[in-house]
Amino acid sequence: MSKFAIEARDIVAGYVPELPILKDVSLKAETAKVTVIIGPNGAGKSTLIKAIAGLVKVSSGRVTLNGSDITNPQPDQMGAMGIAYVPQSNNIFRSLTIRQNLELLLRNAGAERAARLAALFEQFPPLAEKQHQKAGALSGGQRQFLAVAMALAVKPSVILMDEPSAGLSPKAAQEVLEHARKLTEQGVTIILVEQNVKQALRLADHCYILADGRNQVDGPAQDLLSDPVVAQIYLGGKRIAATAAATTTAATATTS
Amino acid sequence: MIQHLVDGILVGSILSLGAIGLTMAMHMLRFANFSHAELLSIGAYCALVFDGVFKAIYAPLAAAIGPLSLTWALALAIVISMGITGGSAILIDRLVFRRVRAKGGELSMVFASFGVAMIIRNVLGLMFGLQVQLYSKDIVFAVVLSQDPFLLVKPDQIFSLVAALIIMFVFHLVLSRTTFGYSLRAVAENPELAQVSGISLIRMITLIWIIGGGLAAAAGVFYGLTNQVNPVLGRDLLLPIFAATIVGGIGSIYGAALGGFLVGIASNLALLILPSGYSPAMPFLIIIVVLILRPTGLFGEERH
Repeated sequence: MSKFAIEARDIVAGYVPELPILKDVSLKAETAKVTVIIGPNGAGKSTLIKAIAGLVKVSSGRVTLNGSDITNPQPDQMGAMGIAYVPQSNNIFRSLTIRQNLELLLRNAGAERAARLAALFEQFPPLAEKQHQKAGALSGGQRQFLAVAMALAVKPSVILMDEPSAGLSPKAAQEVLEHARKLTEQGVTIILVEQNVKQALRLADHCYILADGRNQVDGPAQDLLSDPVVAQIYLGGKRIAATAAATTTAATATTS
Repeated sequence: MIQHLVDGILVGSILSLGAIGLTMAMHMLRFANFSHAELLSIGAYCALVFDGVFKAIYAPLAAAIGPLSLTWALALAIVISMGITGGSAILIDRLVFRRVRAKGGELSMVFASFGVAMIIRNVLGLMFGLQVQLYSKDIVFAVVLSQDPFLLVKPDQIFSLVAALIIMFVFHLVLSRTTFGYSLRAVAENPELAQVSGISLIRMITLIWIIGGGLAAAAGVFYGLTNQVNPVLGRDLLLPIFAATIVGGIGSIYGAALGGFLVGIASNLALLILPSGYSPAMPFLIIIVVLILRPTGLFGEERH
């Protein structure tokens, strides 16, 4: 098996062919590690994982899963390939109960369905308690946990998460991110887009910084966390000349 | 007043069946399908044809069922008609809507649906003539359900109401008890999330057309059974069905069912204070009021 679960190479993608949001982005996500993508608004972070998930058309470049080409997959085939995508918002079916949300994802599990549902409820006890409630009645944090549980229902090897901490209290955000971290212990590869840079860098193994649809910096998350320039740009310092400074001073190499 | 209320409920059940299919297609395909009501006409005429065929093939099927004017032949024809109308809905999608969807925007789809509606209406007129047709020429008298308040109902109306309620109940069981039903609700609520949850939108669009067409066919036959069949049947029911969909909230299947009854009742109760000539305006009024006060309808939510 490839060391990298997901590899995206030289990706050009966007909602309109003439106006690509991703102009040339590459990313390698190591198996059973957390790879975080950060960057300013409009950098193309969410577009990148949507492009991997087949929700945004890749006009140039290549995406592989464990070495196999999966560029522009049918989004409804992602689960069968072992990839789950958790959108930033509207990531649960609010009109369905919690149990129905999970049963929907487990519909092809056959005889294993009951056991897998029980396992998910064991992993997320608050969801088990409220399993017959409408998912729309859940708090923000619980919704994110349900979204993660739905992603896990298809037994993915890779989970793409788009800002899972968005709109959550700091405590709930921490819980969700820590849970994402724990999933790597089960061999799951996590690719995470986050605005909460400090928290994301603390839990991630590797980080990519994007700006204006291109790679700027990438490297081990801990190194970037302690990098003074990255700290200045993304952790509360000035954002002036961000791109140039980060590109020239970051010690780590961009994706080779 | 009670008579108007009962009449409203009877009409409402027909509108509900039509509105369920419309709300699913409108929400998922993001366009106001003005040809949906023509599926009721297709269903009504299809049943008329097969009713005649079955009667010709096997004479005992021409016997009426109990006190109804409904014959065994027509009962069978309803089932066939639901299937054929569902197939017609898919055919229309493949021939017109899918092609327009690939190249045009929502507005193009709306105009295309106007065109489709006119084509269907005129083709039916050419094939069957513009004159009114009846499933049965037998005279069926209304039954007095109550003397005080005085309440008259035709057996066929009761059959239509009960049959519509049974169809809706079965549909409810499918929606609330099966993963296929969850998939339908998921697609109606959030197509993109449904897709990344492994649901094939192409397959679901096909199924929605089949279900919507089938329900529309049943509505068309029930309308024909309690009123009459003519090529403008769909056109006449278009606005009330749209009003039911908007009242319930676009995308809400349960909302559409309830909206049908609300529009049917409101239109009939309006006859208490308005001359009957103004009755067709009632759905317009309902649409305007709902769009001003609650644009998402009773159960609708902002589209995700």
